[in-house]
Amino acid sequence: MSINQLQLKTFVLRLADDALVIAHRLSEWSSHGPSLEEDLALTNVALDYMGRARMFYGYAAEIAADGSTEDTYAYDRDCRDFTNLLIHELPRGDFAFTMARQYLVDEFNRAYMDLLQQSTDPTLAAIATKANKEGLYHLRRSSKWLLRLGDGTEESHNRLQQAVNDIWGYTTELFEMDDLDQAAFEAGIGVNATDLKAEWMRRVTATLAQATISIPPRDWSVTGGRQGIHTEALGHMLSEMQFLQRAYPGQQW
Amino acid sequence: MVILMSTPNPRISLLPIENYERLKRREESDLKAIWNLLDVVKDPEIPPLSIWDLGVLQDITQTQAEIRVTITPTYSGCPAMQVISEDITTVLNQAGCGNVKVAIRLAPAWTTDWLSESARERLRQYGVAPPQDEAPIFCPICSATEIRLISEFGSTPCKALYQCKSCQEPFDYFKPI
Repeated sequence: MSINQLQLKTFVLRLADDALVIAHRLSEWSSHGPSLEEDLALTNVALDYMGRARMFYGYAAEIAADGSTEDTYAYDRDCRDFTNLLIHELPRGDFAFTMARQYLVDEFNRAYMDLLQQSTDPTLAAIATKANKEGLYHLRRSSKWLLRLGDGTEESHNRLQQAVNDIWGYTTELFEMDDLDQAAFEAGIGVNATDLKAEWMRRVTATLAQATISIPPRDWSVTGGRQGIHTEALGHMLSEMQFLQRAYPGQQW
Repeated sequence: MVILMSTPNPRISLLPIENYERLKRREESDLKAIWNLLDVVKDPEIPPLSIWDLGVLQDITQTQAEIRVTITPTYSGCPAMQVISEDITTVLNQAGCGNVKVAIRLAPAWTTDWLSESARERLRQYGVAPPQDEAPIFCPICSATEIRLISEFGSTPCKALYQCKSCQEPFDYFKPI
């Protein structure tokens, strides 16, 4: 089994979009962090994800060989062209929401990137190796914050519980596999995300229990990101992120 | 291989293979003068360390058309990489090398294991605690190991922020990765 170049590009763009969208959401905290140290930490994590996005976009552009660049992917595509998983695009909310989302995504990414290191595609394997090393720091930080917020004050506990409740239905999508994911997996290029679910659930359950946060019932879920069907939040985000290039096409620093 | 003949040191026997190969590439290169020239290119965020010390400078090759300098990024989003690429080109241009191409190589992934003992000592003197794998992190000013973590992330992606409980100074710690 193998996949063609168009499939490979589409697959790589998914990973690029995931990284770019969450990088932007994290970067929105710049100068709004609850403390100077947190401001630095959030934007440093954003920087790691931005770097990851650039590597994936750069690789997609290389595969496409049609004049696309990392910038045209980031700035010239509309909402429906983005194929990120929805959890990444949710508005940053309060600090509890940002950290809850980050923790859930960090747990997933650590496991995903760990496996992607074995990809038969050497570029994807190399990017995954870098992402995995950085991801361990992200996860350490976000899991500590969950404990502090959940087991902190009544206010911080309630906010974190609310955040986990609001995000929970978006975690289903992390483990879905469509035809392309399946083909990439069978070709030895991608990862079987469904296989990651049990271990993710085990780790998340343990952390949330320690943080005195209860696991919400899995009675709703939203999916569609990989097909370009997004929440209303992404359009608002892009209108700000893409404004300059839309108003002044080709403008450079 | 002069590099491997220095005094007994536990770090030497643990020299990672990728770093051994990097040292060998420089040692056996026909372009030694260019490797030496690039020793003046520093990490803009950590000026006591050159890109060679850091393990960012990986290889230099020459074809008829160009000189190709291969570097490996420290962290995926580190903005210093852009500055470093420009500095490499500037230094070589000033030395009369016209066509310089800076190539980025991702694998093998950069690791702090590639920092030499002398680079670690210079970091400490600069006020940044060097990365530790197993030994305790110590304050770069008073060497105390009674410390507390302020933040997993500091002023740059490669550093975390700590405070010394003995002399009370906050300090940057170069994270092992």
